[in-house]
Amino acid sequence: MEIPTDHLNKMSVEEFDTSKLLINAARQRDQRGLEDVLIVDVDCHHYENESMKDIVEFIDDPVLRRTAQVYSGAGTGANNPFMMGSPGSQDVAGRVTRYPLRKMEETPEDGTHRDIHLSLKWMDAMGVDYVMLFPTPMLLLGLHPVPEYEVAMSRAYNRWLTEKILAEENRLKTMLYLPFNDPDATYQMVKDFGDREGVCGFMVVSTRYKPVYDNAYMKTYSLIEEMGKPLAFHGSYSWNDQLLGNTNRFLVTHALGFTIFNAVHMCNWIVNGLPERFPNLDVMWIESGLAWVPWLMQRLDNDYRMRSSEAPLLKRLPSEYMGEMFYSSQPMEMPHNPDILEMTFKMINAETQLCWCSDYPHWDMDVPSVIYDLPFLDERQKKNILGENARKLYNIDVSDRFPNYQPPA
Amino acid sequence: MAKELFVSKSDDLPDGERKIVPNGNYEIGVYRVNGDLFAYQNVCPHQGGPACEGLLMAKVEEVIAEDKTYQGMTFNHDEMHIVCPWHGWEFDLATGDMVADRKFRLKKYDVVEKDDGIYVTL
Ligand code: FES
Repeated sequence: MEIPTDHLNKMSVEEFDTSKLLINAARQRDQRGLEDVLIVDVDCHHYENESMKDIVEFIDDPVLRRTAQVYSGAGTGANNPFMMGSPGSQDVAGRVTRYPLRKMEETPEDGTHRDIHLSLKWMDAMGVDYVMLFPTPMLLLGLHPVPEYEVAMSRAYNRWLTEKILAEENRLKTMLYLPFNDPDATYQMVKDFGDREGVCGFMVVSTRYKPVYDNAYMKTYSLIEEMGKPLAFHGSYSWNDQLLGNTNRFLVTHALGFTIFNAVHMCNWIVNGLPERFPNLDVMWIESGLAWVPWLMQRLDNDYRMRSSEAPLLKRLPSEYMGEMFYSSQPMEMPHNPDILEMTFKMINAETQLCWCSDYPHWDMDVPSVIYDLPFLDERQKKNILGENARKLYNIDVSDRFPNYQPPA
Repeated sequence: MAKELFVSKSDDLPDGERKIVPNGNYEIGVYRVNGDLFAYQNVCPHQGGPACEGLLMAKVEEVIAEDKTYQGMTFNHDEMHIVCPWHGWEFDLATGDMVADRKFRLKKYDVVEKDDGIYVTL
């Protein structure tokens, strides 16, 4: 395959192999003894669009299924009505070469799904034991103008994912995609799929225009709380958003986009007193990095002290509720001054609330050493963040990988 | 005395090309660009990615007119960048400095060409 390196020249690449690309991650794994550490990745991805032909067969509605069949086959030349796109160049215009090259990678034709092969390859290289697997293009589906399409596609995806992928490989798990634009369908999804094997929690892609405080969601939050599983909000971006549409470099679209939607949902979640209404519901915030949390803690506390009449359900400062929520680490900001990061870790109670994740294979992925090498963490804290916090949160049985597992002491 | 690592015969590294050779636990990437040779450890100072396995690209520059208006972007082939494939950090081929934050750099090696061969000084 040839990748243009400027407007005239190209670099040709003969092969692509995840294990080879990640050989330095495997070296880090061995140098640090990470094979002996439980590592749970709370956010990684596959490209469900590559399996779309199989997925659409699970759409219930015959007319929508037929439509999806047409567009997931050879297509018609028109836009696929199920796919919400947004302009963007996550791979830094091909510089992050695993994007353009991934199609070249060969996997055995042994009856095991390609996504399972590819996932286990990078997991083994990094020393990861279990993952929460999420889709990729579907991270924009919450922007679809018609809720019916999000519902149909996500139900089909969840059936396919649980039956064809998760049921086949115990190391792959998920927080189930919820079609949040339709509150009743969201409730039904939790009911129908919540107990399936490999479903460790529920995930709302935060890039959408639905407020989390809507009364229509309360029965779903109650149900999830009852089930004892966590609810996550997963960041993404939209360059079509009116605010983000003012940015002309993807650097900014990404830096703000992956944070700002989660920030809005977080604010709504807190000031509407949802932590008081659902005291036993664990809430997690995914893929916004960490720096936004101290910013919002300070900002909300300051305003709340002046305007507490607008948030009368709160019994404590917003930052105190935020310090009890869960956060995924990636993409973890690396300030030159480690004191900044150390303070952030303290503010979010990282020792118990932070869960490492890779976001692999996406462009701004993190390897486990971003946590393991931090000078201000002790061994127990590192192990908590890399695996134990997630194991507890999701109640994962790790006996197949660690028969005599003991939480880090 | 410094050890030398044989990279390739001179003819096997034509201009504009790169070779990656094993050296102990890691590899060294050796480049010949515009007649000059450069060698760097194939380990990125960011998260340890195989920097030398990425693209070699010209620096991107903005074109700003006299009146400060933006006129587009262009490639400057006088400054070539090694682009790490893991996340896209870019390194100045001539120095190994990370171009966005010069506190980081690739580990650089001296390269010599003699007797029809290319050698890295370890
Ligand atoms: S490891 Fe090289 S850019 Fe991140």
